[in-house]
Amino acid sequence: MSQDGVNKGRRTLLVGATAAVGAVGAGFVAVPFVKSWNPSEKAKAAGAPAKVDVSKIEPGAMLTAEWRGKPVYIARRTEEALATLPALNDRLKDPENSVKDQQPAYADNINRSRKPELIVLLGVCTHLGCAPKYFAEVKPEPFDADWKGGWFCPCHGSRFDLSGRVFNGSPASTNLVVPPYSYESENVVIIGVDEENA
Amino acid sequence: MSKLNALMGWVDDRLPVTQTYEKHMSKYYAPKNFNFWYFFGVISMLMLVNQILSGIWLTMNFTPSSEAAFASVEYIMRDVEWGWLIRYMHSTGATFFFVAVYLHMMRALLYGSYQKPRELIWIFGMLIYLLLMAEAFMGYVLPWGQMSYWGAQVIISLFGVIPFGIGDALVEWVRGDFLISGATLNRFFALHVIALPLVIVALVVMHLLALHEVGSNNPDGVDIKKHKDEQGKPLDGVPFHPYYTVHDMVGIVVFLMVFCSVMFFMPEGGGFMLEYANFEPANGLKTPEHIAPVWYFGAFYAILRAIPDKLMGVVAMGGAIAILFVLPWLDKSPVRSWRYKGWISKIFIVVFAIAFVLLTWLGTQPATDLNTLLARVSSVIYFGFFLLMPIYTKIEKTKPVPERVTGGH
Repeated sequence: MSQDGVNKGRRTLLVGATAAVGAVGAGFVAVPFVKSWNPSEKAKAAGAPAKVDVSKIEPGAMLTAEWRGKPVYIARRTEEALATLPALNDRLKDPENSVKDQQPAYADNINRSRKPELIVLLGVCTHLGCAPKYFAEVKPEPFDADWKGGWFCPCHGSRFDLSGRVFNGSPASTNLVVPPYSYESENVVIIGVDEENA
Repeated sequence: MSKLNALMGWVDDRLPVTQTYEKHMSKYYAPKNFNFWYFFGVISMLMLVNQILSGIWLTMNFTPSSEAAFASVEYIMRDVEWGWLIRYMHSTGATFFFVAVYLHMMRALLYGSYQKPRELIWIFGMLIYLLLMAEAFMGYVLPWGQMSYWGAQVIISLFGVIPFGIGDALVEWVRGDFLISGATLNRFFALHVIALPLVIVALVVMHLLALHEVGSNNPDGVDIKKHKDEQGKPLDGVPFHPYYTVHDMVGIVVFLMVFCSVMFFMPEGGGFMLEYANFEPANGLKTPEHIAPVWYFGAFYAILRAIPDKLMGVVAMGGAIAILFVLPWLDKSPVRSWRYKGWISKIFIVVFAIAFVLLTWLGTQPATDLNTLLARVSSVIYFGFFLLMPIYTKIEKTKPVPERVTGGH
């Protein structure tokens, strides 16, 4: 076929217009492919609150509950343990709970809890999501010679005090998350529900 | 014979079979001085074939769901005839794939095979390496043991460091749930068996096409196309087939002897290839005491841990991989092979290799104070090797490069 008299401008316009419409079409087609990776309705519906009986937790002991598939730590702290918390402030990254998302308003205190002795924490390290291990005893540990009790993450060595506050020198930069919770009665905690008697 | 020739002619008129065979095999002239290091390209390909073949067979009995995955792997190991062998071919194959790829990359470093005009070959190779890491990571999640679960938790959480809320949304999108769950396992299965292998195979084709366009480098780093005979064949080149096909068979046989010894006698590789914590089903409430990646990710994991800051740690780890991509433009040396580079380059490349091996080992060990210190020093060496390269390759005195290749037969 002869190339004479080819109207290049007309072809450029046609190719350009087709490409533009095609790109918009491809953009629309991409939406279902991208969106199908979001959590499904089934996954969203699996977030029911968890009820936990806390009466069996001895002072100094910890219980691991499951809420939305994640571990929730509930620990009963002794009076002596609570008394050590203020003295730790200068060794912590965020002693005053300045990152507000890490705890509900009712846990925005030095004990990071509703009742001083009972702490409820999401057992998910704020570094890369491992479950930190509970080291309750006050004694020198391989990871901290001046250990006052708390959580140590086996994955990358982040350390948290008994209020879940992160120590300086940890790879984690924020305190452990306090999930929404409330007391249904004296001894029953509901994790996932903010309001009391809700 | 003439019937066969006629048939071949008939096909060649319709599909360039003979022409392609000659271009890539019987008339592809490779330098005659290839040494030990040049086995690992073809061995990588062999391992790719091994992974694809054993992988297809594994999918026939594997169930990609959080409830059934762990049990289906045990079923393969115990009840499927020869299932254990096919699984060990795949798991041992992953390790030896990385052994071959790392040695193949080291070869490129030693002899400057990434330098002009082979930059694209290097880039395609790096893309293959990157996807191979993603492929291996997703494959390790599939058996749904404790290490599968917590490895996935840590690696996916790495995306969470991206600021402005993008990171957290991205993590949720990748997981497809609010935690690592069956949804994650299922999509990783799809990516591991279909999406990534397709792209990897396509990249291998590009890698080879780019290589055959410019020709192979050699331990002297000299251009064999500069000296040709009357027929235009390089004087220092030999046809890939039959010379290197036969030559490579020797390497393959020796390699397979080592491969089979490990596969039959120590398929767990002392916990470095199949970690013992992974013989326990995934438990989202309890992290194993000691969590470590399989050995081939050790170096990058050690760099991540060496830095006591979440964002900077992830940036350093990503940077350690990203910097490899720009290597062709960091090396300013007028010569390719380390044989003719100056002493700074020679020392640096040896120290770099030691640091990389040390990092690989450290990544699999608990982070004690000494280990962390070693990891920090090694990380500095790792980055120093690349970041200082534009300076030391420029200032150092190189040796004269010979006109023709040395050695070879």
